[in-house]
Amino acid sequence: MDATYSLNMVKKAIQLDSRDNVATVTDDVAKGEAVDVISPDGEVILGPRPVEAIVFGHKLSLTKLSRGDQIIKYGEVIGLASTGIEAGEWVHTHNVESGRLPTSRMEAGQ
Amino acid sequence: MRPDGKVGIRNHLLVIAPIDCSYEPAKQVASRVEGAVAVTQYHGCRDDEMLVNALVGTGRNPNVAGVLLFGLGCEVLTNDILMEGLEDTGKPIESVVIQEDGGTIRSMEKGVRVLQRMAQEVGEQKREPFPVSELTLAVECGGSDATSGLAANPAVGVAADRLIEEGGTVIFSEPQEMIGTQHILARRAVTESVARDIYEMIERQERRLSAMGVDSRYMSKGNVDGGLTTIEEKSLGAIRKGGTKPIQGVLWNTWDRFDVPDEPGLYLQDGTGWDVPSVTHMVAAGAQVVCFTSGRGSTTGHAVAPVIKVTGNPKTYANLGDNMDINAGTILDGSESLNSVGRRIYDEIVAVANGRKTKAEALGFRDYVVFGRERAAERLLGHC
Repeated sequence: MDATYSLNMVKKAIQLDSRDNVATVTDDVAKGEAVDVISPDGEVILGPRPVEAIVFGHKLSLTKLSRGDQIIKYGEVIGLASTGIEAGEWVHTHNVESGRLPTSRMEAGQ
Repeated sequence: MRPDGKVGIRNHLLVIAPIDCSYEPAKQVASRVEGAVAVTQYHGCRDDEMLVNALVGTGRNPNVAGVLLFGLGCEVLTNDILMEGLEDTGKPIESVVIQEDGGTIRSMEKGVRVLQRMAQEVGEQKREPFPVSELTLAVECGGSDATSGLAANPAVGVAADRLIEEGGTVIFSEPQEMIGTQHILARRAVTESVARDIYEMIERQERRLSAMGVDSRYMSKGNVDGGLTTIEEKSLGAIRKGGTKPIQGVLWNTWDRFDVPDEPGLYLQDGTGWDVPSVTHMVAAGAQVVCFTSGRGSTTGHAVAPVIKVTGNPKTYANLGDNMDINAGTILDGSESLNSVGRRIYDEIVAVANGRKTKAEALGFRDYVVFGRERAAERLLGHC
């Protein structure tokens, strides 16, 4: 495997705004697999190892967050951490609360 | 440049059938003359101001060089009503009425002759260089998928920001997709009164949905399974196509007023989430060019404005490449940055303004639909 080929094989996560503390994976990633986080300018800014599997379109935490911390995507607050979140952890309804609609209700499909 | 000082990027001749009763002959008249396109509205025989505003707004769009009003004669929404809204533009405007101009065939003949002369005169107008600050861009999304909020919408937002930095104007609509982000949009308002307008516009949309029995804050299981965690996140993915600049105002679209931007910058339109009518009403507010994002792919063009279609889904670009102008899917595989795709979209907007045809334009797709609201329902909701 040549170097270019192996570079292209690294899974990607997109940071949509330079202020974001989450990035969205553009492929299914496995626990511990290398992931390049790409900034809006196209730079690889981080390579956190996912601490669990994350599927396409879902978010990866770029930093360690405490309960009540703001989750930032698009440079805006999309919710608050409902528990502590490690860097590399999957960020979704199980650890985020919306300011508008309790995510626990959504999970129940209500 | 038009007589009213506005800058057009196309030279369309617009045939307006104020009622669908005269639309079939109007279409045949338009088909006889190069550069002409016929439009109508399908909301029945009434002189509802919202319909008048949309038709008049389309005629006032700077991409329209001349207008032929082609009426039946007994309709409530007469040629004269439209003429009154159009004449101060100084554009050539002619009127033909089937019941007064010798019947179907004679009136069609008269229409063709009038349009033919207009086409000859319009042909004398010269293309002149203008700064991009003369441009008003409408942004729209339709057929969204998981890539829309990740690639196409943010990339169009980068282009929208750049156009505003250059002194241009951007309009985005679809208030239904703003639900949950009122506080974010309102924070970007240039004044307190604009912030109040933003809350009011989106709350009206929530009330309309609620009256229909729809919980507008609801996210589908598909949204959640796809990775969207909160309603704020879902709506941000949609509104990001309008970029991140301060919001100059809400363009109200009611029976009393149809606002158009009065200075450069970013505006929200009190419009609809239904693609073609949404584009139609932003064009009626003066947009000369449109960016339309679509995850699944769309064929849409517009009667008088070029529509640049952008997809963030590489499979859609491969599948519908004959009708999608920009592939933003390169963001997802990391081969191109978000900002780089945004620059490519901006360059395409400038190229299209300079005469490059969009794929939908080259295929001759001239979509046009006027949307209306039910006045009785709006009154019951306290909106008028």
